[in-house]
Amino acid sequence: MASTRDTSTPAPAAPRAAYVLGGNRIPFARAGGRYAQASNQDMLTAALDGLVARYGLQGERIGEVAAGAVLKHSRDFNLAREAVLGSALSPTTPAYDVQQACATGLETVVSLSNKIRLGQLESAVAGGVDTTSDAPIAVSDRLRRVLLDLSHAKTPQQRLKAIARLRPKDLAPATPRTSEPRTHLSMGEHQALTTAQWGISREAQDEVALRSHQRLAAAWDSGFFDDLVTPYRGLTRDANLRPDTSMEKLAKLKPTFGLSLDTPATMTAGNSTPLTDGASTVLLGSAEWAAEHDLTPLAAVVDAEAGAVDFVHGVDGLLMAPVFAVPRLLARHGLTLEDFQYVEIHEAFASTVLTTLAAWESEEFGRERLGLDGAFGKVDVDRLNVHGSSLAAGHPFAATGGRIVATVAKELHRRRAAQVAAGDDAPVRALVSICAAGGLGLTAILEAA
Amino acid sequence: MTDTYLELVNSGFTKKLAKQLGLPRPARLRRHQPGQPLLDGPALVLGTGPDADAVATLLSSPAGGPADPRPDDAPVVLDGWDLEVHRHPAPDVRYAAVVLVLTGVEHPDDLTQPVLAAASTLKSLRSGARVVTISRPALETDAPAVAAARQGVDGFLRSLAKELRGGATGNGLALAADVPVSAPSVVAGLRFFLSTRSAFVDGQLLEVDSDAGELPTDWEKPLAGKVAVVTGAARGIGAAIAEVLARDGATVVAVDVPAAGEQLAAVANRVKGTALQLDVTADDAGERILEHARTRHGRLDVVVHNAGITRDKLLANMSDDKWSSVLAVNIAAQLRINEALLTSGDFVDAPRIVALASTSGIAGNRGQTNYAASKGGVVGMVRATAPLLTPFGGTANAVAPGFIETDMTARIPAVTRQVARRLNSLQQGGLPVDVAETIAFLASPAAGGIVGRTLRVCGQNMVGR
Repeated sequence: MASTRDTSTPAPAAPRAAYVLGGNRIPFARAGGRYAQASNQDMLTAALDGLVARYGLQGERIGEVAAGAVLKHSRDFNLAREAVLGSALSPTTPAYDVQQACATGLETVVSLSNKIRLGQLESAVAGGVDTTSDAPIAVSDRLRRVLLDLSHAKTPQQRLKAIARLRPKDLAPATPRTSEPRTHLSMGEHQALTTAQWGISREAQDEVALRSHQRLAAAWDSGFFDDLVTPYRGLTRDANLRPDTSMEKLAKLKPTFGLSLDTPATMTAGNSTPLTDGASTVLLGSAEWAAEHDLTPLAAVVDAEAGAVDFVHGVDGLLMAPVFAVPRLLARHGLTLEDFQYVEIHEAFASTVLTTLAAWESEEFGRERLGLDGAFGKVDVDRLNVHGSSLAAGHPFAATGGRIVATVAKELHRRRAAQVAAGDDAPVRALVSICAAGGLGLTAILEAA
Repeated sequence: MTDTYLELVNSGFTKKLAKQLGLPRPARLRRHQPGQPLLDGPALVLGTGPDADAVATLLSSPAGGPADPRPDDAPVVLDGWDLEVHRHPAPDVRYAAVVLVLTGVEHPDDLTQPVLAAASTLKSLRSGARVVTISRPALETDAPAVAAARQGVDGFLRSLAKELRGGATGNGLALAADVPVSAPSVVAGLRFFLSTRSAFVDGQLLEVDSDAGELPTDWEKPLAGKVAVVTGAARGIGAAIAEVLARDGATVVAVDVPAAGEQLAAVANRVKGTALQLDVTADDAGERILEHARTRHGRLDVVVHNAGITRDKLLANMSDDKWSSVLAVNIAAQLRINEALLTSGDFVDAPRIVALASTSGIAGNRGQTNYAASKGGVVGMVRATAPLLTPFGGTANAVAPGFIETDMTARIPAVTRQVARRLNSLQQGGLPVDVAETIAFLASPAAGGIVGRTLRVCGQNMVGR
């Protein structure tokens, strides 16, 4: 039996390519702003419907939809599937939820691309959504325990006994926090430690923020987002975008993180991402599926690498995992940072970008931590976050990956077309790096189709 | 947007009251539903000669061709409409349509017999009945008596339309000298005027310029296989156009400014088309429209220039911005897009351009010098653009809506709005779908013989022609 099966089983074929075919997101709103009354499901459905409208996918059975949210109500256990059922896609489209903190959106792209590469799927939609306006509020653990015991109680005595344990302070709701469960430090406080560790200046951080706003504003003004964003609830642009901000205005803001450290506090509301509401989607497919649907592959999702750091006991900062993941990812492909025309480093904080770059530029870090002969490499600002990033657009946690991937894919396709027109057939690549809570990081390589 | 008055005079006690007081009683107009019969009663075809016979044969023959044996000299009409047709008015018959074939009139006296025959049917016409004249336009080269008779049809039809009640309409087809009544645009035009698709078209004479065009194999899907772009499709008339074109079989590319993207996506999803967020005033709008249609849908057949804005001001108070922005969106963008399409070489398979004019652009409207200039511009633009398209079976035409119930007209002060609604023969405002139906007709393959014309959808508004 076994031998016949062996002979009849073909050798595993090299995986085929999985392509980004397009994307759609809704403009990102500041928490408590235009989407204050919208749920995660509302926003994800809107982003999906915009994608369906742009690419004519009404009634289409997509291979699989994967999406997630970081702040999620327990009733949203099937968020992606419910969004599909509320959308113009075929109700026979399967879906699943994903959660990997701020890397959720990129992880949906990576895992669905892998399924396409394996031939399990022909098409897929990756997505993410988050709302801090409609965040779940839970009851305290003690009240929850009492309520559960009450529901299990069989006699009046047992019920009374359960209720008797209740204290007034137990009634206070438990609001969701962005602090790390093991350190009880907020993400901002963690990054303040990393910022101090690497000696990143306030001015350098404000420059990153200013550039983000200027570049995102320019992209909006040039119509770059006309086929990437569909307005929602009257919001037509990212609400956090401040096209008229300046170094002077940013310099006036008071520091908000790292106030208790020995070093001067440098992180402000201007060079940190605000709480944001929003949703994004990315359409993925095989070359065959794209051709059948008259869609143009924009970029291939080449490979990805996740990383994690021991921020609890070790020396590395909470958001430094990509610093280690990227060298591993590039080594696998024999590439260096010089081989990327375009690099996206998620701006959780301006200093996240700067500490990442500083680590890669450090000879010592390269030798001692990355095991290289010297510094890993350098990324010039003209290759970095060319259409702005999270500091300007805002950062609805799980939606950021989709925003970045769709933007990158469009830009790659555009650059490649211009390059080919000029007679240069060299590959055009982008590196995407997203840090996440829990000391996680997810990085990926995309290549223009 | 609901016309409360119309509801009141058509129901219950208030209906009776309005009747006793002799108040105007606008009728509820019937609109097209897929599968609806062309007429809900018999048709009367008046007039003598081969053209009248051909029309009667067309109307009465079963679908699939006239009954055998047919006379050798009968014109070839492949697909009849299977209607009950009378050639003389029968007493006690309530006609759903009266067609006067007057192509052969040579003297005003020749009008007497068919006109009086039609007159005898009027008091018992069915509600929503149709009167259609088929005639030829009076030319300078005609003999004086012939020209008098032909031009007489014009005055007769426009007056009769004003007398019709109960949602009945009167319209005419004016056939250029060498255009036979069997020409696709005549057949399709007659069917359009007979059908509920023309519910709010009244008192209009549509000229048919040539025998170009192609009849559909399925009258329910005249746009099957066509790819149509509709600008300003996010709401109102544009959204209705997208829906009607899709219902008629077209694949629709819905275009609107990025800021209207949410509503645009909803329209695109409803009609199972694609949404293209694009400002039509962009320099490369034409190229981007064509690129989208070609890569996503393989071709482009129909462009409906519907995007338009109003910035009303008396001319004495007109700012440069108000004047220029209206002209930029309403006519300059259309001209630029058309030029891009015409020079592309990819808009050459019997293409159709249909543009939105306005009765304001024909009759003028106080406070709308900018809008009327742009809409008058549309009338001129299609007249000059159509001949550029005819060499490859294409054409360009315009539709001039009168008072249509939209978000835009809902903002008119209440009393002014009530008056404006009643100032037409149907005594009510039209619906966006009425404009859309007329556009779908002019966008259809059968309308190839209608060259550079502007058809009003105004319920025979009192102002203008």
